[in-house]
Amino acid sequence: MWVAFKRIVRSGAINFWRSAFVSLAAIFVMTVALFMIASTMLDNYSLRQALEDLQEKVDINVYFVTTASEGEIASLKTALESLPEVAEVAYTSRDQALQEFRDRHSGDALTIQALDELGENPLGASLSIRAHQTSHYEGVAAFLADRQALEDPQSPVIDRVNYARNQVAIDRLGDIIDDTQTTNTIRTSILLLLAIFVSFVTIRLAIHHSREEIGVMRLVGASNAFIRGPFVVTGIMQGLFAGVLVLILLYPALIFYESAFYPFPFFEEVSGGMLLGYYVHNFPYFLLVLVGGGIIIGAVSSALAVSRYLRV
Amino acid sequence: MIYFDKVSKWYNGGESVALEDVTFQIAPHEFVSIVGHSGAGKSTLLKMLLAEDRPSDGTVFYESTDIHKIPRGRLPKFRRKIGTVFQDFKLLPNKTAYENVAFAMEANGRSDEEIAENVPQALELVDLDDKIFNFPHQLSGGERQRVAIARAIVNQPDIIIADEPTGNLDPIATYEVVQILKKINDLGTTVIMTTHNKGVIDELGRRVITMDRGRVLRDDESGKYVL
Repeated sequence: MWVAFKRIVRSGAINFWRSAFVSLAAIFVMTVALFMIASTMLDNYSLRQALEDLQEKVDINVYFVTTASEGEIASLKTALESLPEVAEVAYTSRDQALQEFRDRHSGDALTIQALDELGENPLGASLSIRAHQTSHYEGVAAFLADRQALEDPQSPVIDRVNYARNQVAIDRLGDIIDDTQTTNTIRTSILLLLAIFVSFVTIRLAIHHSREEIGVMRLVGASNAFIRGPFVVTGIMQGLFAGVLVLILLYPALIFYESAFYPFPFFEEVSGGMLLGYYVHNFPYFLLVLVGGGIIIGAVSSALAVSRYLRV
Repeated sequence: MIYFDKVSKWYNGGESVALEDVTFQIAPHEFVSIVGHSGAGKSTLLKMLLAEDRPSDGTVFYESTDIHKIPRGRLPKFRRKIGTVFQDFKLLPNKTAYENVAFAMEANGRSDEEIAENVPQALELVDLDDKIFNFPHQLSGGERQRVAIARAIVNQPDIIIADEPTGNLDPIATYEVVQILKKINDLGTTVIMTTHNKGVIDELGRRVITMDRGRVLRDDESGKYVL
């Protein structure tokens, strides 16, 4: 058994080197296919990051009247935090709001002067609420609307909630995220199938070239496993080389790509170095998918292609 | 040893007949030549013997075994009892002469030590011991055929089947190949050869089965090439 295994591996390795042109062609095609898979993985990641970034920018703000006490605000904050939809509630006090306003308008002397002339802080405190998902904002808004409805109209605590103004944008973003994730899944699946199919056809063509050899092997009494084995080993080596080649090529390709096309104009967080960082930090994952994928594609394609000529 | 019992083979539902009611037997250690025009059914006979093709009617026996009832998984083992030599050599192009011969032994599950001992001996027997590391494209037609013969005999099979082994060779190479086949037969191996070469048949002076349009026309113990 061990002797047969050793002979199969040796014969596969020798075929790989002696049929250098065929091996190179198969490696080239598999490299392109695996590169497609790698770029889809990176593309999915950058899209996911961009969407997460957008989601983080969405929130609901509750503005309180200037007379609202800290106790009343804290009670609402606690109630909000107990809602399962709510991820985070940030409190901005009146003083902080004033300071932020001053900082924001530091170059606008007229506004600062008008503020000073008022003599007191005209800004109320606020709560900024972030939900786990965009679809959860509706529930949070409904909760706040109920609270507002229960307030004494003569001495309200909540001045206004900005959900209605943001509602269209929030709903739209939710739809975009859902649509993008669905289309991306379909696109990834199609690309993956295409990559596997192209590799399979290339290996099959290469083995078709050896069909007479397979016939000779059968005639000298080689068992099917002994005939198939070396071809599978050659396929594994081609997949292995293609996977390693893609891993090596990805590094300079990402450096070039990010220096040429990033940062995105829209999302400052999705900036240069993000994809390269993701690649480097997740190298074992890429190694597993690309080298493992290459090996599996090479082995399965070879085994299937040879079987066609063993059935005769 | 080999018995063809009323074997017929037809294609396209009987439109094309390759063999018709063929019956003969071959004893151990015989050297049998099968002659006939192209399309006489010589190669079809050999394919039946190698279980590469099935008869439409009749039975082919190897000793007491009906060849076409051997399960697919056990065919490789059966084929190892038969060494084959073809007109177009059918060598593995990416393997050296040594590796081509060794492949037959490896497929047979023989040990590395046996391979290291027997392969050079087989190549020496066909007078190719100085070209063991040459690839087929580096050898002449006659040399390639001698590698094919070395591969056929290296497992010491019971039978050698040679399908037009001299078809692509010049007269000198033809003479050498026939001498090697005679030597193999003298050592006890049954040889079945198909050929068009009158000179080879006449020089051999062994049993000749003459075929025409799928039928056995003549079966002479010490035959001449008569068509």
